[in-house]
Amino acid sequence: MSSAEHAPTASEYIVHHLGHLNTKPQKSIIDLSVLNVDTLFWAVLMGVITCYFLWRAAKSATPGVPGRFQAAVEWLVEMVDDQAKAIIHSAESRLFVAPLALTVFIWVTLMNSLDFLPVDLPGKILAWVGLDHYIHAHRIVPTADLNGTIGMAFGVLALMLYYNIKIKHLGGFIHELFCAPFGNKIWLYPFNLLLNLIEYAAKTVSLGMRLFGNMYAGELLFMLIALLGATATWWGFGLQLVAGTMWAIFHILIVLLQAFIFMMLTLVYVGQAHEGH
Amino acid sequence: MTNVALVALACGLIIGLGAVGACIGIGLMGGKFIEASARQPELMNSLQTKMFLLAGLIDAAFLIGVGIAMMFAFANPFAG
Repeated sequence: MSSAEHAPTASEYIVHHLGHLNTKPQKSIIDLSVLNVDTLFWAVLMGVITCYFLWRAAKSATPGVPGRFQAAVEWLVEMVDDQAKAIIHSAESRLFVAPLALTVFIWVTLMNSLDFLPVDLPGKILAWVGLDHYIHAHRIVPTADLNGTIGMAFGVLALMLYYNIKIKHLGGFIHELFCAPFGNKIWLYPFNLLLNLIEYAAKTVSLGMRLFGNMYAGELLFMLIALLGATATWWGFGLQLVAGTMWAIFHILIVLLQAFIFMMLTLVYVGQAHEGH
Repeated sequence: MTNVALVALACGLIIGLGAVGACIGIGLMGGKFIEASARQPELMNSLQTKMFLLAGLIDAAFLIGVGIAMMFAFANPFAG
């Protein structure tokens, strides 16, 4: 919001804050030529931070008395490992899927936690360093962008297909597509295939939409709360403080819960790929 | 009624009906969890994990609704 000619109305404020830093304006609902640079940047940055912290924890791990950091990471690893053992029975797959689930959990948690930064802080920082002429709109929560979460869901879909083919081989997988769940009858093939395709689509879309919906609603509520302070009255400031604090505390629960659910569903879906019908 | 008034009513319905469903779901599940952990307290920890997982799943549809309703309320494609 670089122009100081007039203060934005509530609607303009929200619309401005919901704008992405695009390579070009998005015209239709699905437009694969548009890149949301802000989502990409923050998602990759959080991923790098996640990997760096886990690498540091693994590097500095001692068999002696663990420090606080090591104890926290150990607790996380153990938690994820317990869940993975309960859901995925193949020890060979767990070698890859359990660390993946841990990384996903911490990554999604970090990305969701960007929601706790004050909504106007990134814009103000950009204005201070004089970049606001180039960066007109900027959203920092990658998981509050449908493209980000659906992208991750597609990653999980790819894993599902990979493990389906790896465990049951291509023939078994195709056999299952046509013969489950109703049975191996030639006139049931179309219905089985349709149901399986719907199941895969529903899993992927709901996995992405769930995370997106929660984070988007949270982000939007933070913006609405920020509008209270924009009334520039004492009750507005007071209400913003109280409502913001309450929503932020509740949001901590949602952030961790959604990251946990994303991790668990990744494990569950990959686990299902291991089960034959 | 004007479009804006209809959209305002729709937002109320989205949030309200979603909240009814989510609350019934959470209530049923929470009640069952308390019941189950009263019968078998040693299962409480593993049940608690599953309860939070399901609470998130139940809440998700409602919160998606809230997000969409809030978007309609402020950045409305239909008010035009």
